[in-house]
Amino acid sequence: MPLKGTQDFSRIRNGRTMRPIAQGLFTDEMPPRLIGGRNRATGRIVFPFPPGDEFEPYPLRRDGRLWSFTVQRYRPKSPPYAGPEGFRPWAVGYVELPGETIVEARLSGVAFENIAIGMPLELTQVPLDPTAEEPVMIHAFGPPGAAA
Amino acid sequence: MSDVCIVGIGIHPFGRTEGLSGLDQGVFAVRQSLADAGVEWPAIEFAYGGSDAAGNPDTMVERLGLTGVQFINVRNGCAAGGSALFSTQMAIKSGEFDLGLAVGFDKHPRGAFNALPSEYNLPEWYGEAGYMITTQFFGAKITRYMHEHGISKTSLGRVSEKAFRNAIHAPHAWRREPVDLQTIMDAPLVSDPYTKFMFCSPAEGGVALILASEKKARELGKPLIRLKAAAMRTRPPGSFEVFAPSIDIARGGSATKLASAAAFEQAGVGPEDIAVAQLQDTEAGAEIMHMAENGFCRDGEQEAWLAEGRSEIGGTLPVNTDGGCLACGEPIGASGLRQVYENVVQLRGHGGGRQAPGDPKTAYSHVYGAPGVSAVTILQR
Repeated sequence: MPLKGTQDFSRIRNGRTMRPIAQGLFTDEMPPRLIGGRNRATGRIVFPFPPGDEFEPYPLRRDGRLWSFTVQRYRPKSPPYAGPEGFRPWAVGYVELPGETIVEARLSGVAFENIAIGMPLELTQVPLDPTAEEPVMIHAFGPPGAAA
Repeated sequence: MSDVCIVGIGIHPFGRTEGLSGLDQGVFAVRQSLADAGVEWPAIEFAYGGSDAAGNPDTMVERLGLTGVQFINVRNGCAAGGSALFSTQMAIKSGEFDLGLAVGFDKHPRGAFNALPSEYNLPEWYGEAGYMITTQFFGAKITRYMHEHGISKTSLGRVSEKAFRNAIHAPHAWRREPVDLQTIMDAPLVSDPYTKFMFCSPAEGGVALILASEKKARELGKPLIRLKAAAMRTRPPGSFEVFAPSIDIARGGSATKLASAAAFEQAGVGPEDIAVAQLQDTEAGAEIMHMAENGFCRDGEQEAWLAEGRSEIGGTLPVNTDGGCLACGEPIGASGLRQVYENVVQLRGHGGGRQAPGDPKTAYSHVYGAPGVSAVTILQR
């Protein structure tokens, strides 16, 4: 399975071209997985895959449970934030992928008041700017089976 | 071995001071500390200065006098002040010097700290996606802690309420108006579960401390406030820190736990011996978590502590007697030294309306920050 490469990762969905926010974050499979790194000496798993020789690429499982969360209620400063000017609050969580690591990610497809530690979640992608012509996609977790 | 003593303290009020640079506020604090110690600037043999965003501290020699004094700048994130104090103490402990200055000041732009991924060895996408936000981390960290240890949102509110109430009596504090619990709880959310009254703000201010060998302190005729311990530590494996794209499932200790244990060992005292404590409270939950991490209670006991007022000025262990970061704001370079300043005030019995009762003899200070550093001091009179 190709983990990193030079291929174009962009996909067409609903007639729009969607490109991941960075190369090397997702595997080139459907549905994609996040690419973490496994420490060659200790077996410790981290995300994202760190540069250097210490870690080998390690595709992370897509299912997990919510470990903690908060809601970003104000627009982060730009730079570095590259999201839309018109800001709407979004939830961000730490998702435990059993046996692997706890990944920080956007939470999607669940109302703020229904977010609860321990809830089952599945990897998806959401556009950084939902109104953009050709949005960049970031990783997110949502209830299993829910459409991204 | 003889102790290092704090013989002079000075502070420029925290908050926002138009027209005064961070350095100006540092100079103000130094002059006040010299007057307090009863010495002139040429008597100072060496200095360590910390500032994160307000320029090089050693440039203040132009204002204080070109005596040729040895002056070393310290830039160590949130531990800048603590590191300056630690270094000053070590220079005197070594026997090389008898009288030195630790100074910290800062002046930050309004709004949340704006960090860039490259400063933290993180990929650019992490910032573009909106994750370089300190308040986000604080929100996620306390949400987990509340879940694990049964801490209520009301307890978060009580911490802020106490901070503003204590600050009324602290002339150097920024926010000195009381805010009632309901207003704190009902205020707009910033990063859940925290409302706007549960976060401190970046601010301005300056603090100076003059340290002396015990022999020199006796010559100066000052009450002996002994710096029994000054410890600074970085994070162990499995800690949960700001700007973390992933964290280990196996949870570990914290820089605070390491620094606290080292300080108690150096000082030869335990948490039960501490009469007053200043604990890092950049957000309300930080004070709660740090009560346990520094050994003053077990995880979860804070709920009862706050409901019963045990960390109030008249309680078992008064915590953040000047309102802490919540009421004073956080000028990074000065913040850790403010805690030590406040402890000296308390040990001298000069706290006025915020004085911890019972003639306190031992005081504790704790600072914590990115990327997982902590500094603790223990003072004794």
